[in-house]
Amino acid sequence: MMLRRNLIILIISLLAIIIVFMLYDTGKNLDYVIPRRLLRLATLLVVGISVAYSSLLFQTITNNKILTPAIMGYESIFILFQTIIVFIYGDKTFEVINHTDNFVYAVLLMMGFSLIMYFLIFSKGNKNIYYLLLMGLVLGTLFQTLAQFVQIIIDPNEFSMIESYMFVSFNKMNESLLLMGSIILIATLAICQPYLKYLDVIALGREHAINLGLDYSKLIKIYMIIISLLVSVSTALVGPVTFLGILVTNLTYELFPNTKHKQMVWICSLIACLALLIGQFLVEHVFNFSTTVSIVINFVGGLYFLFILLRSRKTI
Amino acid sequence: MIKFQDISKKYGEKEVLKQISSSIPKGKITSLIGPNGAGKSTLLSIISRLLKQDEGNVTLMDRDISSIKNNEIAKQLSILKQSNNLDLKLTVKDLVSFGRFPYSKGRLTEADWEQVNRALDFSELKELENDYLDELSGGQRQRAFLSMIIAQDTEYVLLDEPLNNLDMKHSVKVMKTLRRLVDELGKTVIIVIHEINFAAQYSDHILAMKDGKIKYNEATNDVIECEKLKDIFGIEFDIIEKENKKICNYFNL
Repeated sequence: MMLRRNLIILIISLLAIIIVFMLYDTGKNLDYVIPRRLLRLATLLVVGISVAYSSLLFQTITNNKILTPAIMGYESIFILFQTIIVFIYGDKTFEVINHTDNFVYAVLLMMGFSLIMYFLIFSKGNKNIYYLLLMGLVLGTLFQTLAQFVQIIIDPNEFSMIESYMFVSFNKMNESLLLMGSIILIATLAICQPYLKYLDVIALGREHAINLGLDYSKLIKIYMIIISLLVSVSTALVGPVTFLGILVTNLTYELFPNTKHKQMVWICSLIACLALLIGQFLVEHVFNFSTTVSIVINFVGGLYFLFILLRSRKTI
Repeated sequence: MIKFQDISKKYGEKEVLKQISSSIPKGKITSLIGPNGAGKSTLLSIISRLLKQDEGNVTLMDRDISSIKNNEIAKQLSILKQSNNLDLKLTVKDLVSFGRFPYSKGRLTEADWEQVNRALDFSELKELENDYLDELSGGQRQRAFLSMIIAQDTEYVLLDEPLNNLDMKHSVKVMKTLRRLVDELGKTVIIVIHEINFAAQYSDHILAMKDGKIKYNEATNDVIECEKLKDIFGIEFDIIEKENKKICNYFNL
Protein backbone atom coordinates (compact mmCIF):
# COMPACT_ATOMS: atom_id res chain seq x y z
CA MET A 1 0.00 0.00 0.00
CA MET A 2 3.08 2.11 -0.43
CA LEU A 3 1.73 3.03 -3.85
CA ARG A 4 -1.57 4.20 -2.48
CA ARG A 5 0.20 6.34 0.09
CA ASN A 6 2.47 7.83 -2.56
CA LEU A 7 -0.53 8.63 -4.73
CA ILE A 8 -2.35 10.36 -1.89
CA ILE A 9 0.72 12.42 -1.00
CA LEU A 10 1.05 13.35 -4.66
CA ILE A 11 -2.55 14.51 -5.01
CA ILE A 12 -2.44 16.49 -1.76
CA SER A 13 0.77 18.23 -2.74
CA LEU A 14 -0.63 19.10 -6.14
CA LEU A 15 -3.75 20.63 -4.57
CA ALA A 16 -1.60 22.47 -2.04
CA ILE A 17 0.69 23.93 -4.68
CA ILE A 18 -2.33 24.96 -6.79
CA ILE A 19 -3.77 26.85 -3.83
CA VAL A 20 -0.45 28.46 -2.99
CA PHE A 21 0.17 29.30 -6.63
CA MET A 22 -3.19 31.00 -6.90
CA LEU A 23 -3.30 32.83 -3.60
CA TYR A 24 0.28 33.59 -2.50
CA ASP A 25 1.04 37.29 -2.31
CA THR A 26 -1.85 38.40 -4.49
CA GLY A 27 -1.73 42.02 -3.44
CA LYS A 28 -4.82 44.19 -3.62
CA ASN A 29 -5.66 43.99 -7.27
CA LEU A 30 -7.50 40.65 -7.17
CA ASP A 31 -9.57 41.24 -10.32
CA TYR A 32 -6.40 41.53 -12.30
CA VAL A 33 -4.18 38.98 -10.62
CA ILE A 34 -6.54 36.03 -10.21
CA PRO A 35 -7.68 35.63 -13.85
CA ARG A 36 -4.09 35.93 -15.05
CA ARG A 37 -2.94 33.32 -12.63
CA LEU A 38 -5.83 31.07 -13.59
CA LEU A 39 -4.77 31.33 -17.21
CA ARG A 40 -1.20 30.38 -16.32
CA LEU A 41 -2.41 27.56 -14.10
CA ALA A 42 -4.58 26.11 -16.87
CA THR A 43 -1.71 26.38 -19.35
CA LEU A 44 0.65 24.64 -16.96
CA LEU A 45 -1.83 21.82 -16.49
CA VAL A 46 -2.38 21.37 -20.24
CA VAL A 47 1.37 21.38 -20.91
CA GLY A 48 2.09 19.08 -17.97
CA ILE A 49 -0.40 16.48 -19.13
CA SER A 50 0.76 16.66 -22.76
CA VAL A 51 4.41 16.30 -21.87
CA ALA A 52 3.81 13.47 -19.41
CA TYR A 53 1.53 11.52 -21.73
CA SER A 54 3.72 11.91 -24.80
CA SER A 55 6.96 11.09 -22.99
CA LEU A 56 5.53 8.02 -21.32
CA LEU A 57 4.06 6.72 -24.57
CA PHE A 58 7.29 7.42 -26.40
CA GLN A 59 9.45 5.68 -23.82
CA THR A 60 7.16 2.67 -23.81
CA ILE A 61 7.12 2.16 -27.57
CA THR A 62 10.88 2.66 -27.80
CA ASN A 63 11.58 0.54 -24.70
CA ASN A 64 13.94 3.21 -23.51
CA LYS A 65 13.72 5.23 -20.32
CA ILE A 66 16.00 8.12 -21.21
CA LEU A 67 14.43 9.25 -24.47
CA THR A 68 11.86 11.95 -25.02
CA PRO A 69 9.91 12.79 -28.18
CA ALA A 70 12.33 15.72 -28.58
CA ILE A 71 14.72 13.29 -30.26
CA MET A 72 12.30 13.03 -33.18
CA GLY A 73 12.96 16.64 -34.05
CA TYR A 74 9.45 18.00 -33.52
CA GLU A 75 10.75 21.01 -31.71
CA SER A 76 13.27 21.93 -34.36
CA ILE A 77 10.47 21.82 -36.93
CA PHE A 78 8.53 24.22 -34.79
CA ILE A 79 11.45 26.61 -34.44
CA LEU A 80 12.21 26.39 -38.17
CA PHE A 81 8.59 27.16 -38.99
CA GLN A 82 8.56 30.22 -36.73
CA THR A 83 11.88 31.37 -38.13
CA ILE A 84 10.69 31.11 -41.71
CA ILE A 85 7.48 33.00 -40.97
CA VAL A 86 9.41 35.82 -39.36
CA PHE A 87 11.92 35.73 -42.21
CA ILE A 88 9.18 36.16 -44.80
CA TYR A 89 6.94 38.69 -43.07
CA GLY A 90 9.49 40.43 -40.91
CA ASP A 91 8.09 42.74 -38.25
CA LYS A 92 4.65 42.54 -39.83
CA THR A 93 4.44 38.84 -38.92
CA PHE A 94 1.66 39.11 -36.41
CA GLU A 95 -0.40 41.44 -38.53
CA VAL A 96 -0.39 38.84 -41.32
CA ILE A 97 -0.82 35.75 -39.23
CA ASN A 98 -2.48 35.72 -35.83
CA HIS A 99 -1.47 33.49 -32.93
CA THR A 100 -4.27 31.02 -33.40
CA ASP A 101 -3.56 30.40 -37.07
CA ASN A 102 0.10 30.11 -36.30
CA PHE A 103 -0.69 27.50 -33.71
CA VAL A 104 -2.90 25.49 -36.06
CA TYR A 105 -0.27 25.54 -38.81
CA ALA A 106 2.44 24.49 -36.38
CA VAL A 107 0.36 21.57 -35.14
CA LEU A 108 -0.49 20.44 -38.67
CA LEU A 109 3.12 20.75 -39.76
CA MET A 110 4.45 18.65 -36.90
CA MET A 111 1.81 15.99 -37.45
CA GLY A 112 2.48 15.92 -41.16
CA PHE A 113 6.18 15.54 -40.46
CA SER A 114 5.70 12.54 -38.19
CA LEU A 115 3.32 10.87 -40.63
CA ILE A 116 5.67 11.34 -43.58
CA MET A 117 8.56 10.00 -41.52
CA TYR A 118 6.50 7.06 -40.48
CA PHE A 119 5.40 6.08 -43.96
CA LEU A 120 8.85 6.65 -45.43
CA ILE A 121 10.30 4.18 -43.01
CA PHE A 122 7.60 1.61 -42.45
CA SER A 123 6.11 1.40 -45.94
CA LYS A 124 8.99 -0.82 -46.97
CA GLY A 125 8.01 -3.43 -44.44
CA ASN A 126 9.69 -4.52 -41.28
CA LYS A 127 11.96 -1.68 -40.39
CA ASN A 128 13.01 -1.33 -36.85
CA ILE A 129 11.70 1.51 -34.72
CA TYR A 130 15.26 2.72 -34.14
CA TYR A 131 15.47 3.67 -37.82
CA LEU A 132 12.61 6.00 -37.15
CA LEU A 133 14.41 7.56 -34.19
CA LEU A 134 17.69 7.95 -36.04
CA MET A 135 15.95 9.50 -39.04
CA GLY A 136 14.18 11.88 -36.67
CA LEU A 137 17.45 12.75 -35.00
CA VAL A 138 19.20 13.48 -38.30
CA LEU A 139 16.30 15.44 -39.79
CA GLY A 140 15.90 17.31 -36.50
CA THR A 141 19.52 18.41 -36.69
CA LEU A 142 19.04 19.41 -40.32
CA PHE A 143 16.04 21.59 -39.48
CA GLN A 144 17.82 23.09 -36.52
CA THR A 145 20.80 24.03 -38.66
CA LEU A 146 18.54 25.46 -41.34
CA ALA A 147 16.75 27.52 -38.71
CA GLN A 148 20.08 28.78 -37.36
CA PHE A 149 21.17 29.73 -40.85
CA VAL A 150 18.03 31.78 -41.42
CA GLN A 151 18.36 33.32 -37.95
CA ILE A 152 21.84 34.54 -38.78
CA ILE A 153 20.78 36.37 -41.89
CA ILE A 154 17.68 38.08 -40.54
CA ASP A 155 17.43 41.43 -38.87
CA PRO A 156 18.46 41.30 -35.17
CA ASN A 157 15.18 42.94 -34.17
CA GLU A 158 13.25 40.24 -35.89
CA PHE A 159 15.49 37.62 -34.34
CA SER A 160 14.29 38.68 -30.91
CA MET A 161 10.78 37.75 -32.02
CA ILE A 162 11.94 34.21 -32.76
CA GLU A 163 13.87 34.07 -29.56
CA SER A 164 10.69 34.36 -27.56
CA TYR A 165 9.58 31.10 -29.18
CA MET A 166 12.77 29.27 -28.42
CA PHE A 167 12.49 29.53 -24.67
CA VAL A 168 9.61 28.30 -22.67
CA SER A 169 7.61 30.94 -21.10
CA PHE A 170 4.31 30.69 -19.38
CA ASN A 171 3.99 34.41 -19.27
CA LYS A 172 3.08 34.96 -22.90
CA MET A 173 -0.06 32.84 -22.90
CA ASN A 174 -3.34 33.94 -24.32
CA GLU A 175 -6.81 32.54 -23.98
CA SER A 176 -7.55 31.55 -27.56
CA LEU A 177 -4.35 29.50 -27.79
CA LEU A 178 -5.10 27.83 -24.49
CA LEU A 179 -8.60 26.97 -25.64
CA MET A 180 -7.36 25.37 -28.84
CA GLY A 181 -4.63 23.51 -26.99
CA SER A 182 -7.11 22.18 -24.46
CA ILE A 183 -9.52 21.01 -27.15
CA ILE A 184 -6.77 19.16 -28.99
CA LEU A 185 -5.50 17.69 -25.73
CA ILE A 186 -8.91 16.42 -24.64
CA ALA A 187 -9.70 15.01 -28.07
CA THR A 188 -6.33 13.26 -28.22
CA LEU A 189 -6.72 11.76 -24.77
CA ALA A 190 -10.15 10.48 -25.73
CA ILE A 191 -8.71 8.85 -28.85
CA CYS A 192 -5.84 7.43 -26.81
CA GLN A 193 -7.98 5.92 -24.06
CA PRO A 194 -8.90 2.57 -25.73
CA TYR A 195 -5.27 2.02 -26.74
CA LEU A 196 -3.78 2.43 -23.26
CA LYS A 197 -4.28 -1.21 -22.31
CA TYR A 198 -2.01 -2.35 -25.14
CA LEU A 199 0.89 -0.29 -23.80
CA ASP A 200 1.64 -2.82 -21.07
CA VAL A 201 2.18 -5.45 -23.76
CA ILE A 202 4.06 -3.10 -26.11
CA ALA A 203 6.48 -2.53 -23.22
CA LEU A 204 7.53 -6.18 -23.51
CA GLY A 205 8.94 -5.48 -26.98
CA ARG A 206 7.88 -6.10 -30.57
CA GLU A 207 8.16 -9.88 -30.64
CA HIS A 208 6.23 -10.47 -27.45
CA ALA A 209 3.61 -7.96 -28.55
CA ILE A 210 3.04 -9.80 -31.82
CA ASN A 211 3.06 -13.13 -30.04
CA LEU A 212 0.34 -11.88 -27.75
CA GLY A 213 -1.82 -10.98 -30.71
CA LEU A 214 -1.30 -7.24 -31.18
CA ASP A 215 -1.22 -5.60 -34.58
CA TYR A 216 2.12 -4.05 -33.70
CA SER A 217 2.81 -1.77 -36.65
CA LYS A 218 -0.72 -0.37 -36.69
CA LEU A 219 -0.52 0.39 -32.97
CA ILE A 220 2.86 2.09 -33.28
CA LYS A 221 1.41 4.26 -36.03
CA ILE A 222 -1.47 5.29 -33.78
CA TYR A 223 0.85 6.04 -30.87
CA MET A 224 3.14 8.10 -33.08
CA ILE A 225 0.20 10.23 -34.23
CA ILE A 226 -0.94 10.70 -30.64
CA ILE A 227 2.58 11.65 -29.56
CA SER A 228 2.99 14.15 -32.38
CA LEU A 229 -0.34 15.78 -31.49
CA LEU A 230 0.60 16.10 -27.83
CA VAL A 231 4.10 17.37 -28.53
CA SER A 232 2.67 19.92 -30.92
CA VAL A 233 0.29 21.16 -28.26
CA SER A 234 2.94 21.64 -25.61
CA THR A 235 5.58 23.02 -27.95
CA ALA A 236 3.23 25.44 -29.66
CA LEU A 237 1.86 26.64 -26.32
CA VAL A 238 5.09 27.27 -24.44
CA GLY A 239 8.08 26.05 -26.47
CA PRO A 240 10.47 23.12 -25.93
CA VAL A 241 10.70 21.56 -22.46
CA THR A 242 13.28 18.83 -23.02
CA PHE A 243 14.10 17.47 -19.61
CA LEU A 244 10.64 17.64 -18.11
CA GLY A 245 9.65 14.39 -19.84
CA ILE A 246 12.64 12.44 -18.58
CA LEU A 247 12.27 13.86 -15.11
CA VAL A 248 8.61 13.00 -14.66
CA THR A 249 8.57 9.57 -16.31
CA ASN A 250 11.52 8.34 -14.31
CA LEU A 251 10.08 9.69 -11.08
CA THR A 252 6.92 7.78 -11.96
CA TYR A 253 8.79 4.53 -12.56
CA GLU A 254 10.62 5.00 -9.30
CA LEU A 255 7.70 5.93 -7.07
CA PHE A 256 5.15 3.62 -8.69
CA PRO A 257 6.95 0.50 -9.85
CA ASN A 258 4.95 -2.24 -11.49
CA THR A 259 1.92 -0.11 -12.33
CA LYS A 260 -0.30 -0.57 -15.37
CA HIS A 261 0.04 2.11 -18.02
CA LYS A 262 -3.61 2.98 -17.69
CA GLN A 263 -2.89 4.39 -14.25
CA MET A 264 0.68 5.36 -14.96
CA VAL A 265 -0.24 8.02 -17.55
CA TRP A 266 -2.31 9.87 -14.99
CA ILE A 267 0.22 9.56 -12.20
CA CYS A 268 2.88 10.80 -14.57
CA SER A 269 0.66 13.74 -15.53
CA LEU A 270 0.18 14.60 -11.87
CA ILE A 271 3.92 14.63 -11.31
CA ALA A 272 4.48 16.75 -14.41
CA CYS A 273 1.92 19.34 -13.31
CA LEU A 274 3.43 19.38 -9.85
CA ALA A 275 6.95 19.93 -11.25
CA LEU A 276 5.80 22.70 -13.57
CA LEU A 277 3.80 24.47 -10.88
CA ILE A 278 6.65 24.39 -8.41
CA GLY A 279 9.01 25.63 -11.12
CA GLN A 280 6.72 28.45 -12.13
CA PHE A 281 6.08 29.42 -8.52
CA LEU A 282 9.82 29.67 -7.92
CA VAL A 283 10.23 31.75 -11.05
CA GLU A 284 7.51 34.16 -10.02
CA HIS A 285 8.20 34.59 -6.34
CA VAL A 286 11.79 33.60 -5.67
CA PHE A 287 13.56 34.60 -8.88
CA ASN A 288 11.16 37.47 -9.58
CA PHE A 289 10.85 36.55 -13.27
CA SER A 290 14.57 36.91 -13.74
CA THR A 291 14.62 33.40 -15.22
CA THR A 292 12.10 31.16 -16.96
CA VAL A 293 10.56 27.93 -15.82
CA SER A 294 12.29 25.95 -18.57
CA ILE A 295 15.67 26.85 -17.14
CA VAL A 296 14.60 25.74 -13.67
CA ILE A 297 13.08 22.50 -15.00
CA ASN A 298 15.99 21.74 -17.29
CA PHE A 299 18.44 22.37 -14.46
CA VAL A 300 16.67 20.03 -12.05
CA GLY A 301 15.82 17.55 -14.82
CA GLY A 302 19.37 17.56 -16.10
CA LEU A 303 20.77 16.82 -12.66
CA TYR A 304 18.30 14.01 -12.23
CA PHE A 305 19.19 12.66 -15.68
CA LEU A 306 22.87 12.53 -14.69
CA PHE A 307 21.88 10.79 -11.48
CA ILE A 308 19.93 8.14 -13.44
CA LEU A 309 22.85 7.58 -15.79
CA LEU A 310 25.35 7.21 -12.96
CA ARG A 311 23.11 4.86 -11.04
CA SER A 312 22.32 2.63 -14.00
CA ARG A 313 26.05 2.35 -14.64
CA LYS A 314 26.50 0.96 -11.18
CA THR A 315 23.95 -1.80 -11.62
CA ILE A 316 25.39 -3.06 -14.90
CA MET B 1 -1.66 -28.41 -38.59
CA ILE B 2 1.09 -26.02 -39.73
CA LYS B 3 2.09 -26.23 -43.38
CA PHE B 4 4.35 -24.01 -45.37
CA GLN B 5 4.80 -23.91 -49.10
CA ASP B 6 7.49 -22.52 -51.39
CA ILE B 7 8.81 -20.17 -48.74
CA SER B 8 11.58 -17.91 -49.98
CA LYS B 9 13.32 -15.13 -48.13
CA LYS B 10 16.15 -12.83 -49.08
CA TYR B 11 18.15 -10.50 -46.88
CA GLY B 12 19.39 -8.03 -49.43
CA GLU B 13 21.00 -10.17 -52.12
CA LYS B 14 21.52 -13.18 -49.93
CA GLU B 15 18.94 -15.93 -50.25
CA VAL B 16 18.36 -17.41 -46.80
CA LEU B 17 15.43 -19.65 -47.64
CA LYS B 18 15.10 -21.21 -51.06
CA GLN B 19 11.56 -22.29 -51.89
CA ILE B 20 11.08 -24.69 -49.04
CA SER B 21 7.89 -26.62 -48.32
CA SER B 22 6.91 -28.99 -45.56
CA SER B 23 4.52 -29.50 -42.70
CA ILE B 24 4.95 -29.91 -38.96
CA PRO B 25 3.62 -33.13 -37.41
CA LYS B 26 1.03 -32.59 -34.68
CA GLY B 27 1.49 -33.61 -31.06
CA LYS B 28 5.25 -33.95 -31.29
CA ILE B 29 8.45 -32.05 -30.53
CA THR B 30 10.06 -31.08 -33.81
CA SER B 31 13.64 -29.84 -33.69
CA LEU B 32 15.02 -27.55 -36.36
CA ILE B 33 18.73 -28.28 -36.61
CA GLY B 34 21.50 -27.19 -38.93
CA PRO B 35 24.66 -25.11 -39.06
CA ASN B 36 24.69 -21.35 -38.44
CA GLY B 37 23.11 -19.44 -41.29
CA ALA B 38 21.06 -22.40 -42.50
CA GLY B 39 17.86 -20.37 -42.12
CA LYS B 40 16.34 -22.10 -39.08
CA SER B 41 15.48 -19.00 -37.10
CA THR B 42 14.27 -17.24 -40.24
CA LEU B 43 11.92 -20.12 -40.98
CA LEU B 44 10.64 -20.10 -37.42
CA SER B 45 10.05 -16.34 -37.55
CA ILE B 46 8.15 -16.67 -40.82
CA ILE B 47 5.95 -19.47 -39.51
CA SER B 48 5.17 -17.35 -36.47
CA ARG B 49 4.47 -14.16 -38.53
CA LEU B 50 7.28 -12.18 -36.89
CA LEU B 51 8.89 -11.89 -40.30
CA LYS B 52 7.29 -11.59 -43.71
CA GLN B 53 8.37 -14.03 -46.39
CA ASP B 54 9.13 -12.83 -49.92
CA GLU B 55 7.29 -15.74 -51.51
CA GLY B 56 5.18 -18.68 -50.47
CA ASN B 57 2.55 -19.10 -47.81
CA VAL B 58 2.08 -20.53 -44.35
CA THR B 59 -1.18 -22.22 -43.42
CA LEU B 60 -2.44 -22.79 -39.92
CA MET B 61 -5.27 -25.33 -39.78
CA ASP B 62 -5.87 -25.01 -43.51
CA ARG B 63 -6.16 -21.21 -43.44
CA ASP B 64 -3.57 -18.84 -44.79
CA ILE B 65 -1.92 -17.26 -41.78
CA SER B 66 -1.94 -13.76 -43.29
CA SER B 67 -5.74 -13.93 -43.52
CA ILE B 68 -6.24 -14.79 -39.84
CA LYS B 69 -6.60 -12.02 -37.28
CA ASN B 70 -3.54 -11.53 -35.15
CA ASN B 71 -5.44 -12.08 -31.96
CA GLU B 72 -6.86 -15.36 -33.28
CA ILE B 73 -3.37 -16.58 -34.15
CA ALA B 74 -2.22 -15.70 -30.63
CA LYS B 75 -4.71 -18.23 -29.27
CA GLN B 76 -3.38 -20.97 -31.55
CA LEU B 77 0.32 -20.32 -31.83
CA SER B 78 2.92 -18.82 -29.53
CA ILE B 79 6.51 -17.86 -30.21
CA LEU B 80 9.42 -17.16 -27.88
CA LYS B 81 12.60 -15.66 -29.34
CA GLN B 82 16.10 -15.75 -27.91
CA SER B 83 16.81 -12.42 -26.32
CA ASN B 84 14.54 -11.68 -23.43
CA ASN B 85 16.25 -8.87 -21.65
CA LEU B 86 13.66 -6.53 -20.31
CA ASP B 87 14.30 -3.30 -18.54
CA LEU B 88 11.02 -3.55 -16.69
CA LYS B 89 10.03 -3.90 -13.08
CA LEU B 90 7.80 -6.96 -13.39
CA THR B 91 7.22 -9.93 -11.13
CA VAL B 92 7.22 -13.45 -12.52
CA LYS B 93 3.50 -13.70 -11.93
CA ASP B 94 2.84 -10.43 -13.79
CA LEU B 95 4.83 -11.67 -16.74
CA VAL B 96 3.05 -15.00 -16.82
CA SER B 97 -0.32 -13.25 -16.62
CA PHE B 98 0.50 -11.50 -19.92
CA GLY B 99 0.09 -14.92 -21.49
CA ARG B 100 -3.66 -14.46 -20.99
CA PHE B 101 -3.75 -11.17 -22.91
CA PRO B 102 -5.14 -12.65 -26.15
CA TYR B 103 -8.12 -13.93 -24.20
CA SER B 104 -8.78 -11.25 -21.64
CA LYS B 105 -7.20 -8.05 -23.03
CA GLY B 106 -5.65 -7.27 -19.68
CA ARG B 107 -8.76 -7.85 -17.53
CA LEU B 108 -8.06 -11.29 -16.19
CA THR B 109 -10.99 -13.39 -15.08
CA GLU B 110 -10.99 -16.03 -12.39
CA ALA B 111 -10.42 -18.70 -15.04
CA ASP B 112 -7.47 -16.74 -16.44
CA TRP B 113 -5.77 -16.60 -13.05
CA GLU B 114 -6.32 -20.29 -12.65
CA GLN B 115 -4.57 -20.82 -15.96
CA VAL B 116 -1.71 -18.55 -14.81
CA ASN B 117 -1.30 -20.52 -11.60
CA ARG B 118 -1.36 -23.78 -13.51
CA ALA B 119 1.37 -22.50 -15.81
CA LEU B 120 3.47 -21.44 -12.82
CA ASP B 121 3.04 -24.87 -11.28
CA PHE B 122 3.78 -26.59 -14.55
CA SER B 123 7.12 -24.84 -14.94
CA GLU B 124 7.87 -25.16 -11.21
CA LEU B 125 8.08 -21.43 -10.61
CA LYS B 126 5.49 -21.19 -7.87
CA GLU B 127 7.99 -20.22 -5.18
CA LEU B 128 9.48 -17.48 -7.38
CA GLU B 129 6.18 -15.95 -8.45
CA ASN B 130 6.63 -12.72 -6.52
CA ASP B 131 10.27 -12.18 -7.44
CA TYR B 132 11.18 -9.45 -9.88
CA LEU B 133 12.44 -10.57 -13.28
CA ASP B 134 15.61 -8.51 -13.12
CA GLU B 135 16.59 -10.30 -9.91
CA LEU B 136 16.42 -13.78 -11.43
CA SER B 137 19.20 -15.81 -12.99
CA GLY B 138 19.21 -16.29 -16.75
CA GLY B 139 17.83 -19.79 -16.46
CA GLN B 140 15.01 -18.79 -14.16
CA ARG B 141 14.13 -15.87 -16.40
CA GLN B 142 14.00 -18.13 -19.44
CA ARG B 143 11.67 -20.45 -17.56
CA ALA B 144 9.49 -17.49 -16.58
CA PHE B 145 9.07 -16.58 -20.24
CA LEU B 146 8.34 -20.20 -21.06
CA SER B 147 5.73 -20.14 -18.35
CA MET B 148 4.08 -17.12 -20.01
CA ILE B 149 3.88 -19.11 -23.25
CA ILE B 150 2.35 -22.02 -21.35
CA ALA B 151 -0.27 -19.71 -19.84
CA GLN B 152 -1.08 -18.60 -23.37
CA ASP B 153 -2.30 -22.17 -23.79
CA THR B 154 -1.77 -22.50 -27.54
CA GLU B 155 -1.88 -25.61 -29.66
CA TYR B 156 1.50 -24.75 -31.18
CA VAL B 157 4.51 -23.60 -29.19
CA LEU B 158 7.48 -22.25 -31.15
CA LEU B 159 10.80 -21.59 -29.44
CA ASP B 160 13.95 -20.08 -30.89
CA GLU B 161 16.99 -21.53 -29.11
CA PRO B 162 15.38 -21.88 -25.69
CA LEU B 163 18.59 -23.31 -24.26
CA ASN B 164 20.78 -20.39 -25.24
CA ASN B 165 23.07 -19.44 -22.33
CA LEU B 166 21.56 -21.98 -19.96
CA ASP B 167 23.61 -24.39 -17.87
CA MET B 168 23.01 -28.15 -18.10
CA LYS B 169 20.60 -28.30 -15.22
CA HIS B 170 18.35 -25.56 -16.56
CA SER B 171 18.60 -26.89 -20.10
CA VAL B 172 17.40 -30.30 -19.00
CA LYS B 173 14.66 -28.69 -16.95
CA VAL B 174 13.42 -26.68 -19.93
CA MET B 175 13.50 -29.71 -22.22
CA LYS B 176 11.63 -31.85 -19.69
CA THR B 177 8.99 -29.16 -19.37
CA LEU B 178 8.60 -29.15 -23.16
CA ARG B 179 8.37 -32.94 -23.16
CA ARG B 180 5.57 -32.77 -20.59
CA LEU B 181 3.80 -30.11 -22.65
CA VAL B 182 3.62 -32.61 -25.48
CA ASP B 183 3.04 -35.81 -23.50
CA GLU B 184 0.62 -34.51 -20.89
CA LEU B 185 -1.12 -31.62 -22.61
CA GLY B 186 -0.90 -32.79 -26.22
CA LYS B 187 0.72 -29.59 -27.54
CA THR B 188 2.88 -29.36 -30.64
CA VAL B 189 6.34 -27.93 -29.99
CA ILE B 190 8.80 -26.63 -32.58
CA ILE B 191 12.26 -25.61 -31.42
CA VAL B 192 15.40 -24.30 -33.02
CA ILE B 193 18.23 -26.00 -31.21
CA HIS B 194 22.01 -26.10 -31.55
CA GLU B 195 23.11 -28.87 -29.22
CA ILE B 196 22.49 -32.00 -31.26
CA ASN B 197 22.25 -34.26 -28.23
CA PHE B 198 19.30 -32.35 -26.78
CA ALA B 199 17.54 -32.79 -30.11
CA ALA B 200 18.45 -36.49 -30.18
CA GLN B 201 17.27 -37.12 -26.63
CA TYR B 202 14.10 -35.10 -26.36
CA SER B 203 12.56 -34.57 -29.77
CA ASP B 204 10.35 -36.87 -31.81
CA HIS B 205 11.01 -35.40 -35.18
CA ILE B 206 13.91 -33.57 -36.77
CA LEU B 207 13.91 -31.08 -39.59
CA ALA B 208 17.50 -30.62 -40.68
CA MET B 209 18.38 -27.58 -42.78
CA LYS B 210 21.42 -26.51 -44.71
CA ASP B 211 21.97 -23.51 -47.00
CA GLY B 212 18.32 -22.48 -46.96
CA LYS B 213 16.98 -25.88 -47.89
CA ILE B 214 15.50 -28.79 -45.98
CA LYS B 215 17.93 -31.69 -46.04
CA TYR B 216 16.16 -34.26 -43.89
CA ASN B 217 12.69 -34.33 -42.45
CA GLU B 218 12.30 -37.57 -40.55
CA ALA B 219 11.81 -39.19 -37.16
CA THR B 220 14.65 -38.40 -34.74
CA ASN B 221 16.40 -41.75 -34.79
CA ASP B 222 16.42 -41.83 -38.58
CA VAL B 223 18.22 -38.50 -38.83
CA ILE B 224 20.75 -39.18 -36.09
CA GLU B 225 23.11 -41.24 -38.25
CA CYS B 226 26.80 -40.65 -38.88
CA GLU B 227 26.50 -40.05 -42.60
CA LYS B 228 23.51 -37.73 -42.43
CA LEU B 229 24.94 -35.62 -39.61
CA LYS B 230 28.23 -35.35 -41.42
CA ASP B 231 26.36 -34.17 -44.47
CA ILE B 232 24.56 -31.48 -42.46
CA PHE B 233 27.32 -30.18 -40.23
CA GLY B 234 30.43 -31.12 -42.17
CA ILE B 235 32.23 -32.81 -39.26
CA GLU B 236 32.69 -36.43 -38.19
CA PHE B 237 30.22 -38.03 -35.80
CA ASP B 238 30.33 -41.11 -33.64
CA ILE B 239 26.96 -42.38 -32.45
CA ILE B 240 26.43 -44.29 -29.23
CA GLU B 241 23.13 -46.00 -28.65
CA LYS B 242 21.68 -46.38 -25.20
CA GLU B 243 18.16 -47.55 -24.33
CA ASN B 244 16.94 -46.78 -27.82
CA LYS B 245 18.17 -43.18 -27.56
CA LYS B 246 21.18 -42.02 -29.53
CA ILE B 247 24.00 -39.90 -28.21
CA CYS B 248 26.35 -38.15 -30.62
CA ASN B 249 30.01 -37.71 -29.95
CA TYR B 250 31.70 -35.19 -32.20
CA PHE B 251 34.75 -34.38 -30.10
CA ASN B 252 38.31 -35.33 -31.04
CA LEU B 253 37.36 -37.32 -34.11
